[in-house]
Amino acid sequence: MEFSRRETLAMGLGAAVMTVLPFRVSAAADDKIAEFTGGADMADGGITLTAPEIAENGNTVPIEVSAPGATAIMILATGNPTPGVATFNFGPLAASQAASTRIRLAGTQDVVAIAKMADGSFAKASSTVKVTIGGCGG
Amino acid sequence: MAASAMVGASGFGNWARLAAQQALTQDQLLEFDTFGNVSLIHITDIHAQLKPIYFREPEINLGVGEARGRVPHVTGADFRKLYGIDDGSPTAYALTYDDFSSLAKGYGRVGGLDRVSTVVNAIRADRPDALLLDGGDTWHGSYTCYQTEGQDMVNVMNGLKPDAMTFHWEFTLGTDRVTEMVENLPFAALGQNIFDAEWDEPSELFKPYKMFERGGAKIAVIGQAFPYMPIANPRWMFPEFSFGIRDENMQLMVNEARAEGADCVVVLSHNGFDVDHKMATRVTGIDVILSGHTHDALPEPVVVGNTIIIASGSNGKFVSRVDLDVRDGKMMGYKHKLIPIFSDVITPDPAMTQLIDDQRAPYKAELEEVIGQTDSLLYRRGNFNGTWDDLICDALISEREADIAMSPGVRWGPSILPGQDITREDIWNVTSMTYGKAYRTEMTGEFIHVILEDVGDNLFNPDPYYQQGGDMVRIGGLGYRIDITKPQGERISDLTLLKTGEAIDPAKTYVVAGWASVNEGTEGPQIWDVVESHIRKQGTVTVTPNTSVKVVGA
Repeated sequence: MEFSRRETLAMGLGAAVMTVLPFRVSAAADDKIAEFTGGADMADGGITLTAPEIAENGNTVPIEVSAPGATAIMILATGNPTPGVATFNFGPLAASQAASTRIRLAGTQDVVAIAKMADGSFAKASSTVKVTIGGCGG
Repeated sequence: MAASAMVGASGFGNWARLAAQQALTQDQLLEFDTFGNVSLIHITDIHAQLKPIYFREPEINLGVGEARGRVPHVTGADFRKLYGIDDGSPTAYALTYDDFSSLAKGYGRVGGLDRVSTVVNAIRADRPDALLLDGGDTWHGSYTCYQTEGQDMVNVMNGLKPDAMTFHWEFTLGTDRVTEMVENLPFAALGQNIFDAEWDEPSELFKPYKMFERGGAKIAVIGQAFPYMPIANPRWMFPEFSFGIRDENMQLMVNEARAEGADCVVVLSHNGFDVDHKMATRVTGIDVILSGHTHDALPEPVVVGNTIIIASGSNGKFVSRVDLDVRDGKMMGYKHKLIPIFSDVITPDPAMTQLIDDQRAPYKAELEEVIGQTDSLLYRRGNFNGTWDDLICDALISEREADIAMSPGVRWGPSILPGQDITREDIWNVTSMTYGKAYRTEMTGEFIHVILEDVGDNLFNPDPYYQQGGDMVRIGGLGYRIDITKPQGERISDLTLLKTGEAIDPAKTYVVAGWASVNEGTEGPQIWDVVESHIRKQGTVTVTPNTSVKVVGA
């Protein structure tokens, strides 16, 4: 479907977001996780992922991760064509094992953060971020 | 503190009995045995309604997930049964939709900020240091508010002397105007979830909370602005600000206030009721949530754990009084009354009447001009089409030569009774906004389906944190079926172009007219001019019942 610039601007309820269904976890995301963890189990606690429930702007979504005692934290946008977002590594002198960044989301999907702990164990947190056309509120 | 240890009472039962006697007086509406040591007065979602109006409560207000069948998702006869309200009583008129036109003729208009002032003054006579808290959506929704960029509302609200306020539609005045107004407010402008968009840090303009010393206790009032402002309303009008629910920060603010010695924590919220209900289960240490945004009016508090949630309606129709017994760092008990502002029963405060009329005087001729009449009850509130929206959609299709019309699922807009004149003010009351241009564009059937699914999920996602608190987009010229129990992408089916009776073809292009686009640079005439032109041509409007939306799973 093609929109001229003029028509796109005149569009009623928002930008030309053309997807209906939430994006599924791509195989590439599973591959990334396997590569990072070597297939090890991931605990549910020990890592905090803070993300908005609904993105104000899918092109720049602020997120924060924190995992005390982690040596590395990997962030994935599991529904993006290229799911890898960032991996933060923390040296022994790091004051805290936390990071914040902004990510681009192609559509509604789960954002996943996985921490590698100093003892070699892994912890995972996940948050669904909705990307919507918007309008009609209130 | 265990919830069971809390002494709770609501003045509602007493009020209902008196109301049933059909001899309502101001004293009865205001009757309240002052309780405890602190009083809160809550008003919210006034939408710039300075004068008394009619306002019909929703017939359809569906809850999904945990909220299914739970208040406020109870309407009509079920609502009256739940609260023991007699059919045909003033209470039934104030809180339910049935038989609205005839009851409205008997009981008259509701609201008017001069009547609200009388109520506020009466409560302050009982409790001079009562806190007056405004839940926002105050500087939006009328002709005079639009023309004065909200100044009429600021002037009148200042006359009521609120102690604090939070925000939603105010931001659609644009960053510069909102900043100018907030900097000059003689009371606290609060929002723990109003952040600087660039730095993702708390906004310096809006404080998260304010501590008040009342009745020998420290009361922290934390603001919670509408979380989804840049999504539901045009982000380009206030790009400097970011919002969101921000539970974690709310918990931090509650903890900080408690550490500062707060004996009681009140959240002045524009979350919407279901979001507040969920927040009460996730954030600990909140005693009272004064809930706004979704326009629900509940005659009793809803108790969630140790938190009570108060819903005070909209359009100046209600004021809630909440008396609290706060001792030794705890809320030991509460007493509540939802006071309906029956404008013929409550004597207006003459100073406020004068102040209101002063705001309106420069625009009197424009406001009062009669554009047409109506044979039908015109109302908006409800999850799907209201008759006002059907009329607006008819105007869009006719005036803009469109196949299909879309009107936003907003919850504001007073009602007009059959036989009433429709004035310019009435039209602005249901259309006024700073992004009201009526666009005309082409959309494929597929894209129309996507829009319906997207808006449907904003209303019927089973997790309230993923809802935006509006109603379903109103559609003219198109029928559809919606199963509210299904996930996004599967709710909407059977799209039909009404003028031909044919199924909507996903690949075909249709001419769509609508208004309230969140996109910058939208072109077209203002919606109020489109509606005015249409009503003038009709003379007397008649809106036939709309049966084009089939709702399943309710």
